[in-house]
Amino acid sequence: MEAAEIYALVRARFPDQVVEIVEKRADPYAVVDPHAIAAICGFLRDDAALAMDCLNNQSGVDYKDRIEVVYHLFSYSHRHGAVIKVRLPRDQPALASVEPVWNSANWMEREIYDLLGVTFHGHSDMRRILMPEDWPGWPLRKDFVEPLEYHGISTVRESPIIRLDEKKK
Amino acid sequence: MSMLRTEEMTLNMGPQHPSTHGVLRFVIRTDGEVMREAIPDVGYLHRSIEKIAEKVGYHGFMPYTDRVDYVCAMFTNQAWGMACEKLAGVEVPRRGEYCRVIAAEFNRIASHLLTVGLMGMDIGAMTPFVHALREREMINDLIEELCGARLTFNYMRIGGVAWDLPPGWRDKALAYLDHLEPIVNEFNALFSYNKICIERLAKVAAIGPADAIDYNLVGPNLRAAGVNWDVRRDLPYSVYPEFDFEIPLGSGEWGAIGDAMDRYMMRIRELTQSARILRQALTQIPDGPVLAKVVRNFKPAAGECQVRVESARGDQGWYVVSDGTSYPWRVHVRTGSFAAMGMIQKLSRGLMIADLVVLIASLDVIAPEIDR
Repeated sequence: MEAAEIYALVRARFPDQVVEIVEKRADPYAVVDPHAIAAICGFLRDDAALAMDCLNNQSGVDYKDRIEVVYHLFSYSHRHGAVIKVRLPRDQPALASVEPVWNSANWMEREIYDLLGVTFHGHSDMRRILMPEDWPGWPLRKDFVEPLEYHGISTVRESPIIRLDEKKK
Repeated sequence: MSMLRTEEMTLNMGPQHPSTHGVLRFVIRTDGEVMREAIPDVGYLHRSIEKIAEKVGYHGFMPYTDRVDYVCAMFTNQAWGMACEKLAGVEVPRRGEYCRVIAAEFNRIASHLLTVGLMGMDIGAMTPFVHALREREMINDLIEELCGARLTFNYMRIGGVAWDLPPGWRDKALAYLDHLEPIVNEFNALFSYNKICIERLAKVAAIGPADAIDYNLVGPNLRAAGVNWDVRRDLPYSVYPEFDFEIPLGSGEWGAIGDAMDRYMMRIRELTQSARILRQALTQIPDGPVLAKVVRNFKPAAGECQVRVESARGDQGWYVVSDGTSYPWRVHVRTGSFAAMGMIQKLSRGLMIADLVVLIASLDVIAPEIDR
């Protein structure tokens, strides 16, 4: 099934929750209401004509005025895919987890929480995954400033080139 | 038996454990030899590669992609090239595509040889590891001649590859393939069909097709579960449609479908199939340029795309967002090892501690690919 038909089916089922459908792109996508994400994902997986049995990729993007969470879905039985997005405010972004729908969301949502600070309600294990648990801030946010040290370990080092120049003096 | 005292223990495994394939750690809750659960703790190799992409620009990011998965860096190179080409609408010359496929398939053989060799070492057999590494070394020599590097290649560019095949390289490559095919049989006789190997691997941590898809397993792990899916054939990219090859599938002939033995044998069978693709590619390769003309200050139009590449560890998904400047706005890589690692906690329940090592090795988890 083509992506446009998939989005039309979603819009027919959730007329008020689909915010926007963008088609003139390399990968067309649909923007949906964050409050309905779990219901829409459940529908995409369970509907026999769609059968999106795999959450192939889940990423977070910081756009400075908003944070987007992007779901790349794929159906192994029908061999088609779709891209679903939600837009969240940058201030304390939160939405429902899709872990009950696809288990692969468990780690990908932990990664988005870790790097962008999006909280997923209903997630079984909402902890940082890549960064240390006491790391300050959300590294992939555009306004993130790396701290100069972590537990007394410096995160910057003197440039070896500058050192050589100083030796010459 | 009721006189025996049982007690649940919490054990630490890693981060510097010889069988964890890189730096990663498990917290194991166990009662004797049988695990209740093994909880993976990753992040020791996090080098913030996705953040670096936002700072170094499109051309400058190519060497960093090598570090995403340094065991099969050609695929990360290729995926990054493909993502940029898709964003900017660059067409790669046909000879360039052939060079990419040749380099990538050699890299797949090298990566699978390492995997099957490590599998031997992880279950206590040193000899197969040495045999497999000897063969991998020859591929490293070939690739070194091609691009000057043995591990982090930086061979591909946006719009093609950096260098054409060196003179006389094709014959050496074909001679290596003649040498490899009997070696696979020798390796099978030495190790794969050895009774000890089969007893250790068969029926361990079987993964069915529904679970494999639900946990987003990819590549050989997915095919071992019997799901007939290969990105090279089903979402064709590059020049793969021009080649004739088979996709091996897990059959459960050693006990259970999708068990560790099935996953191990996927790699062995793909060695032969990659050699088959290479033979065709090396004989069909057309003449012409290998690199399209791409501007130095590469600025794709604002937009976003996802590309999927069948790497040695399976379907690698790259999501790239461009804002029209010379720096990518966001790059996200979803790798096969990340998904596989996310499944280990579930698979470990009720497994023996010694089988956890088999499980990690059979899923072919590479730590830098998890942490990026």
